[in-house]
Amino acid sequence: MLERYVRPMWAFVFRDWHLTRRYISWVFVFVFYAIVNSATIALIGKSQDDFRLTLTLLLGVLLWSFLSAMYNEIANSISYERWEGTLEYTFMAPVSRLIHLSGVSLFAVLFSVVRTAVILVGLVLFIQVSVSGANLLGVLVVLLVGSLAFMGLGLMAAILPVMSPENGAQATNIFQGVLLLVSGIYYPVSVLPAWIQPLAYLSPATYALEASRKLMGINNPDSTPERLVGAPLSAVLPELGILFVMGLLFIPMGLWVFSRAEGWAKRTGKLKRTG
Amino acid sequence: MQVLEKPVATKLAIEVRGLRKVFRKRESLLRGPLKEEWALKGVSFVVHEGETYGLLGPNGSGKSTLIRILSTLLTHDGGEVRMLGYRLPQEERPLRRLIGRVSVDAAFYKKLSARENLLYAAQLYGLEARAAERRAMAILERLGIESRRFNDPLEEMSRGMQQKIAITRALLINPPLLLLDEPTTGLDPKSRRDVQAFLEDLRREQGTTILLTTHDMAEAERLSHRVGFLAHGNLVAEGTAEELKAQAGTQDLEEAFIALTGEEIEEEQDA
Repeated sequence: MLERYVRPMWAFVFRDWHLTRRYISWVFVFVFYAIVNSATIALIGKSQDDFRLTLTLLLGVLLWSFLSAMYNEIANSISYERWEGTLEYTFMAPVSRLIHLSGVSLFAVLFSVVRTAVILVGLVLFIQVSVSGANLLGVLVVLLVGSLAFMGLGLMAAILPVMSPENGAQATNIFQGVLLLVSGIYYPVSVLPAWIQPLAYLSPATYALEASRKLMGINNPDSTPERLVGAPLSAVLPELGILFVMGLLFIPMGLWVFSRAEGWAKRTGKLKRTG
Repeated sequence: MQVLEKPVATKLAIEVRGLRKVFRKRESLLRGPLKEEWALKGVSFVVHEGETYGLLGPNGSGKSTLIRILSTLLTHDGGEVRMLGYRLPQEERPLRRLIGRVSVDAAFYKKLSARENLLYAAQLYGLEARAAERRAMAILERLGIESRRFNDPLEEMSRGMQQKIAITRALLINPPLLLLDEPTTGLDPKSRRDVQAFLEDLRREQGTTILLTTHDMAEAERLSHRVGFLAHGNLVAEGTAEELKAQAGTQDLEEAFIALTGEEIEEEQDA
């Protein structure tokens, strides 16, 4: 158990932790940029003197920051290995793809939680918005359950750098952009063109946002700018259920798609180093 | 030149029979006919347990493709491969625990230290970190790397040192079978001697089976019990260095290579 599963999974956390440590100046730069970028979006609500709009934008930007950071960590782990030239060594190791990608995902979740907490603190201090009364613990639960589905999507996107050494990494951004568009991060899904709206129901971010808005009490008529009335976790069980089922479906789908791509890469010789 | 005795073991570590590999690609992304390039055209050879088998061939002869197939990184299109009793690609999972590989480019996370790279690799194979660290230090010491360099980032190390770290990584799991794809290419003479001496010790002390590809005729002759000449995806000749020289009627292995394959082996660019 320890030898076959725990240590190999921990190896990826160990590696990614040390890589993050070595690139810490980049991490500072990107977190600073994320805070500033988030503030510019949240200030749109502030300019309208509408605390509900401000909190909707704040929540959207934080949730998207969390989910996209996690998605990027997973989707780009392959392109990073290809760039370093270590991909063949990782694929040669006696590690199942489930353990490999679980290890990468575990670090991604831990990293994204810390990063999002730092951005939240930075934003609250900068735009002077009160989150008192919001069920933040509940939001964390939603994020963690939603992470499962995003892991699955990350796995599916990670095949792109396996299949195309030249353009795969960039193509993952298209996938990410479509999710951002259809999930109603900053606006209600109803404003999307009718033909694109059904896609919103396939995105886990849609349900994570719906649940988080209830938990924050953004649309609760009793909420005031000084004190929000957040819903209990029991109020978002349907959204949590959908997110959980999506995770249960997307992770095996992601692994299946990834294994097909790996088989194809081994037939065509695409695992070789590039860059 | 020292003449190596063939190992007495009769069990086969590697059996390759009629191995074929083709790469297909189009001229452009969507248009044009599929172009086929045969990298291996029916290669057959065996390597006995405890034997060092040297594979010589010019660039493009199929050496790296062959090593990648044996490393479970490529699937073949025809023929049979069996290693340590496991058939590829069907039984690749248990086999992976038993093979170490060193490629011509020492692929590492360059920002990480030697210690971090090696501990990552060790844990990937399920080894306990402290035991792996002790083993890594012992191997590095024998390869002539001072322990104080253990915490230096790989990007600050010379090519020779990086290649020694790569060899250490391959040996951390104590593999019975080692696949070495031009492990000394680009090394300075001292590093090259260190690596060659270490491989000789390894074979003598632990009976490790080694498949070695190289451009260096002297290295092939020094390290290998038997040598195979690969050209245009075909194994043109094989035998001991003496047998090959006798077959070609030449005095040295390079002349034998030219006589038997009709090819010249490239000189290293960056030794």
